Amino acid sequence: MKEFKGQAISWQVVNGAIELALHREPCNEIGSGTLEELETFAAALPELARDAHALIVHSTMKAGFSAGADLRELYEGSRGMEKGEAVRGVRQFLRRIHGVMNTLDAAPLTTIAAVHGVTFGGGFELALVCDIIIADRMARFCFPELRLGLIPGFGGIPRLKRDLGNAVVRDLLMTGRSFNVMKAQQVGLVSQIAAEGEALRLARATAAQVGKFDRRTAIAAKEFLKPIPYEELKREIEIFCELFAQPAVEEGLRKFVENEGVQPYLP
Amino acid sequence: MPTTDNTLDEILSLAAVHFKVPREKLTPDGDFFKALGIDSLQALDLLTRLEHHFRIELPDYELQGVTDFRTLAQRIQARL
Repeated sequence: MKEFKGQAISWQVVNGAIELALHREPCNEIGSGTLEELETFAAALPELARDAHALIVHSTMKAGFSAGADLRELYEGSRGMEKGEAVRGVRQFLRRIHGVMNTLDAAPLTTIAAVHGVTFGGGFELALVCDIIIADRMARFCFPELRLGLIPGFGGIPRLKRDLGNAVVRDLLMTGRSFNVMKAQQVGLVSQIAAEGEALRLARATAAQVGKFDRRTAIAAKEFLKPIPYEELKREIEIFCELFAQPAVEEGLRKFVENEGVQPYLP
Repeated sequence: MPTTDNTLDEILSLAAVHFKVPREKLTPDGDFFKALGIDSLQALDLLTRLEHHFRIELPDYELQGVTDFRTLAQRIQARL
């Protein structure tokens, strides 16, 4: 499938780069609908990769790259459900999203996340599977999961540990605070900072540059530089599910979903 | 080093320009969510702009419960 236009994502190949656009209102919350379309993309990737050297993941939503998992769907879907059944549903969802993330992580392409605005939770985890993160100067990164009594569940901790020092990972996780791009670049998370609204253009320029090199060499370099921490990723799913069974999580989700205040995104 | 009043004045000017609100309608003790008509996501945008402007890092948990410009200026002043 060379082109696709879905409810939550779309893709096309432009100048040898697959451009995967996220466009679900309000800020690309990742629920079951987005997951299904991402799985369709992951299945199409081997064919797409034959005609491409790069993948750019970006958002067309004004608020940002992605606010992360669809917590409203998670709350509504598990409310009133027997706990064991709810945990089984969550585990199934996590295994599927990990399947997508692992496919993107290992893609035989140079992958670039062009992010702006809110890049939180699962959205941050989607950016972390990419080889290069190019960030608009107004981007913010955050793992707010501990506020809900959870840890990131889409592969965030193992991938963050792969790229950053453990002290920074602990700060992000334990405080739930968000980082701006200057901090993100300082700690080694972001490789290029773009002016407001320019991240996609910089990502396209970067994709054109990486297309100049021999593909087989680029793939070998990527495999050498960016091993996928499969065992830790599996462990993450189990820890997430253990925590999800705790009563504090349902209460945390309820508070978030029912919060009508002006500050639900502040820790 | 700027005084807290200098910092407050810069915050009010920046907020007025970015959110297109007349400067004279913004008061030090006014609720900035109401005065600027912003929600929590736009508050993060304001936070980012302030961090860039003052070249500081202001953890967003320090803004929890802060709704007026004067307290915001004090939080920023503590990091200059």
